[in-house]
Amino acid sequence: MSRHTPDRSDEHFVDTQPFDPWDKEELSPAQEKYFLASQWKLIWWRLKQHRLALISLIILAIMYSAIFIVEFLAPYAQESRDSQNIHHPPQGIHLFDDGSFVGPFTYGTDFSIDMETLKPIYTPNPEKIDRLRFLCSGDKYEFWGLFDASLHLVCPAKDGTLFLLGTDRLGRDMFSRIIYGARISLTIGLVGIAVSFVLGVLIGGAAGYFGGWVDSCVQRVIEVIRSLPEIPLWMALSAALPVTWSPVLIYFGITIILGLIDWTGLARAVRSKFLALREEDYALAARLTGATPKRIIARHLLPNFASHLIASVTLSIPNMILGETALSFLGLGLRPPVTSWGVLLNEAQNINAVAVYPWLMLPVVPVIIVVLAFNFLGDGLRDAADPYKN
Amino acid sequence: MLTFMARRLLVMIPTLIMISVLVFIVIQLPPGDFLTTYLNELKAQGEAVDPAKIAFLRAQYGLDEPLYMQYIHWAWGLLHGNLGFSFEYNLPVTEVVGDRLWLSMVLNFSTILFIYLISFPIGIYSATRQYSWGDYGITLLGFLGLAMPNFLFALVLLYYANVVFGTSIGGLMDPEFINAGWSLPKVMSVIEHLWAPVLVIGTSGTAAMIRRLRANLLDELGKQYVVTARAKGLSPMKVLFKYPLRMSLNPFISDIGNILPQVVSGSVLVSVVMSLPTTGPMLLSALQSQDMYLAGSFLMFLALLTVVGMFVSDLLLAWLDPRIRLQGSISE
Repeated sequence: MSRHTPDRSDEHFVDTQPFDPWDKEELSPAQEKYFLASQWKLIWWRLKQHRLALISLIILAIMYSAIFIVEFLAPYAQESRDSQNIHHPPQGIHLFDDGSFVGPFTYGTDFSIDMETLKPIYTPNPEKIDRLRFLCSGDKYEFWGLFDASLHLVCPAKDGTLFLLGTDRLGRDMFSRIIYGARISLTIGLVGIAVSFVLGVLIGGAAGYFGGWVDSCVQRVIEVIRSLPEIPLWMALSAALPVTWSPVLIYFGITIILGLIDWTGLARAVRSKFLALREEDYALAARLTGATPKRIIARHLLPNFASHLIASVTLSIPNMILGETALSFLGLGLRPPVTSWGVLLNEAQNINAVAVYPWLMLPVVPVIIVVLAFNFLGDGLRDAADPYKN
Repeated sequence: MLTFMARRLLVMIPTLIMISVLVFIVIQLPPGDFLTTYLNELKAQGEAVDPAKIAFLRAQYGLDEPLYMQYIHWAWGLLHGNLGFSFEYNLPVTEVVGDRLWLSMVLNFSTILFIYLISFPIGIYSATRQYSWGDYGITLLGFLGLAMPNFLFALVLLYYANVVFGTSIGGLMDPEFINAGWSLPKVMSVIEHLWAPVLVIGTSGTAAMIRRLRANLLDELGKQYVVTARAKGLSPMKVLFKYPLRMSLNPFISDIGNILPQVVSGSVLVSVVMSLPTTGPMLLSALQSQDMYLAGSFLMFLALLTVVGMFVSDLLLAWLDPRIRLQGSISE
């Protein structure tokens, strides 16, 4: 019995089509775009799908860019008083008078006094039509303390008034003061978060990277700080700021106080990420090739969870803004002449304000908007922070 | 369970010591002490001050000792229920605070209770009816509760209660009871006044709690065993209550560690606005006048409140979930 030999008669199959090495890996342009995109691009695409986060981002961007030109946006200067119009209620902007179009204007008001309560009463006078002026010269101001100017986006008519949100007890325009307050209130969260960010990343990073006793020490300290109620501690620390300090020093003192207590949450997040990431293969590879801890942390670990950090930072900014508002409201935070939303709310402290002059509480509206926007944006960022998931 | 409790109690001791050191440092931070403030006041009024008398006062209050000795005296006193001496009132702190500590505790724990009672059913509702109008409405309200500074909410509530119900809801009791001893009508009056501050302090915590319970429950409801149970024809109520709810309860209880400091913080602020006879307003004035022992005792008390609260929540958690107890004993 002869050994079976393979039958060599059948021909080797040869495809007659021309050979194309990329045949199987053809990517649609959309796929190609997706695969080639950087991590940050992916995060951005994800964030864009989160409607609420995107809207919040736009609102915050507008508000933060407004703080560069508050002097121009506010119809009045920060401290300009109109002693004729104390506790003036908000004025509406009208377009039509008696059915005919006149462009944006306000009705002038007549002043009288309620003889029983001594409350000022302002009644709109349909005879007085004060047409608004745009890009006009109004109250003088020093732009960022640098040079004198008087250009405003919108001003009241000559001898007219434009109190969109009413005036306070000194006849200062609330709307202008809220716009000025944005400069302090919006930045205090950022400076405070910068302090807490540095502390959180350094301490949390050390705990996570070195582990061992460093880690357990840091953990204990964090537990202690977290178990202390924030506001009483903030109160105690800001009561310690000397009264003799200038407003600018107080401002920085408050931000540092806010940051000093807030870093724990961030440190925890950093630590747990570090613990997870340092076991990854690429971290081991870097260590084997002799990279120093500094290099591993900065080049390999940090970029990996930077997006998570940004998300948690975004979520803790509103807490700081609310903290500043609360402290200033109690009179322990910023003090006049510095104008922040909390300082403005300090004026609405008594029940009288709520009952008789409710517009004094309006500075709370931007606070709510900003806090909500940061919360939604933070939620969106947290969902988008890991674009390789799913 | 007993060993777990003992271990947990032991851990509390170093925490409390660290907190007391921290509090002491914080109250020592302002430059000068109460006597310097007092001296300046006297000088401003043009009164002559006898240096010998000041030195005597300083020695009397132990202000001339080194800081660590002052700390030891203070901490030792705390252990024995001696809260130190209030300079401003010229009375021992224990006498100044009176009922305030108890009322603070009542206020804070009723708020926690309120948060649980409200957020539990609402959380279940909004998880089981995800993306319904009710769910959206609750989410919206929750976010507003989170973003509204609660001191302002307190003011608005004070006003509307006055206008709509014609009652004054400031304070924690009717005026005639303020200096009276404890009696049943007084307790009733306190309960009557409690709802407003509890509502105000509780809103942001409730909002956070509802969101968390909803997220936990949604995670559980998506799991396969729930699908299986439903496929087998279990009633929706039973499917919900048998396992998913119990599983999502864990984070709900352990979250008290986050909620409690937040509630205590909020209660200080709201008490100032509503002028409640709790620790808040007095802490504020003590801080402003550098009445350091009074302020320190209040801070310490508030911290103790949260630490004990967390201890209770840990016990609850251990009772609820045997895995936590087991972990404790294995690592021993």
